[in-house]
Amino acid sequence: MLEISGLTKRYGDGEPVLSNLDLNVKGQNIVSIIGSSGAGKSTLLRCINRLVEPSSGSIKLNSLEITSLSGKALREARRKTGMVFQGFNLVDRLTVMENVQAGRLGYISTWQALSRRYPQADIQRAYELMERVGIAHYANQRADQLSGGERQRVGVVRALMQEPDILLCDEPTASLDPRTSEQIMVLLRTLAEELALPVIINIHNVAEAKEYTDRIVGMRFGKIIFDDVPTSLDDKAMNDIYSGTPASDRLSTETTQGAVHHA
Amino acid sequence: MPNKDAINAQWHRYSPTQRMQRYGLFLLTGLIIGWATTSIEVVWEWVWTAPNQIADLFARMAPPDPRNLDSILSVLWETVNIATIATFLAVLLALPVAYISAQNTTPNRATLWLGRFILVSSRSINTIIWALLFVAIFGPGVVAGIVAITFRSIGFIGKLLGEAIEEIDRRPVEAMEATGAGRSKVVLYAIIPQVVPTFWAVAILRWDINLRESTVLGLVGAGGIGMVLQGAIDTFNWPEAATVLLAILSLVIIGEAISAFLRQRII
Repeated sequence: MLEISGLTKRYGDGEPVLSNLDLNVKGQNIVSIIGSSGAGKSTLLRCINRLVEPSSGSIKLNSLEITSLSGKALREARRKTGMVFQGFNLVDRLTVMENVQAGRLGYISTWQALSRRYPQADIQRAYELMERVGIAHYANQRADQLSGGERQRVGVVRALMQEPDILLCDEPTASLDPRTSEQIMVLLRTLAEELALPVIINIHNVAEAKEYTDRIVGMRFGKIIFDDVPTSLDDKAMNDIYSGTPASDRLSTETTQGAVHHA
Repeated sequence: MPNKDAINAQWHRYSPTQRMQRYGLFLLTGLIIGWATTSIEVVWEWVWTAPNQIADLFARMAPPDPRNLDSILSVLWETVNIATIATFLAVLLALPVAYISAQNTTPNRATLWLGRFILVSSRSINTIIWALLFVAIFGPGVVAGIVAITFRSIGFIGKLLGEAIEEIDRRPVEAMEATGAGRSKVVLYAIIPQVVPTFWAVAILRWDINLRESTVLGLVGAGGIGMVLQGAIDTFNWPEAATVLLAILSLVIIGEAISAFLRQRII
């Protein structure tokens, strides 16, 4: 269970990217976060595994306060938080198996990592997951030889290798063609159900968000202005989330957005 | 139909002021070159007799004397070994220097400046000057030559490798950090794989350069074929000097071919 309260992030003296944001994700729930570019979706996700340092507020994952961790404790929290990226973020010159095993870097010793002597159980698990998403036959190929959809499958398996308590997906389908994009969404949905894993997905494609996720969170200017089941996302809500040019109507929305649409 | 005004319109690349500035700049350049040539002492008779001297030198060199070929080739091999050992040592020593002189991997400001200081001091001193220094320390011979080339190469390899580290794609680094990997594992999995091609390219290029540099080390007593060349010139043994020069030329060509082959195979 993820509990975020009063989360604020600002860079320098600028406007906050996230301001006093609250969000709870319980059990095995697939939550999508929508909003125009610059709304703070990526920053929110990266605060959860501290790739971005929050300015203030609290983030609890299974009752563990994430924001105060450092050093070994932070790394241990990170290895329980899987992340899938828009650009896949694979290491091109390493093989698919090495990329997948990178998900275990938080668990194995530096010597095991250097010599590629991965524990047999990890190799077993890697083959099972790769088989499950259809990339097992690529194990010994270099990651840059794969297509976009296949690369993202490697990214998903790498995250699942961490045996995460939660999966964060930062626009996992934005670099993919429509058909591959749907396949990845189906995959994320079924894997989340199989592994009973809560998933948070930042996404630009609202149709996919409606079809494949249980709950939609709409963000604007670093705040949550919509939080409900997909069927409640009507034209008015869409308009509130996406309309206008961000800079010009920023002030006017800040005064009216006190009322968050809730279930 | 083209506009009549446009056809009659005047166009100049430079405004009158810009043109005057350009003429001024040409004049200044001419003056500097004139001043430079008049302030060095050139013995012009020696310049005019150069063609005769060249012909004379070639006449004395031909035909090259191959009697000492065996010992020349063994010293040539020593030269290759100086270059190879020095390149190997320089690569080892340059790795940590590159790591601390790249903005994105250096532990802190102090190490960054330490790294840059090592790079600059290594690069700003020529191999021959390093060799003079190390001949004074180690005495004449190959050790001074190896250390001199190593010192000069650290800066070259470290600088290019450090730049390669700074130019890596940050996204895999982010992904490794997100898995809970510590610093050393991030370096192993996200940074090293990205700089491996540059590493090989730079190491091969430097070996090629070192091969040529090690041929002149002997002129200051730091071992290698330069010592034989120096001896031949000092004793006016021009036919042997010619053999040595031909040997150096073949070595450089072979070195070039080997490094081109390696570049193709490895990278």
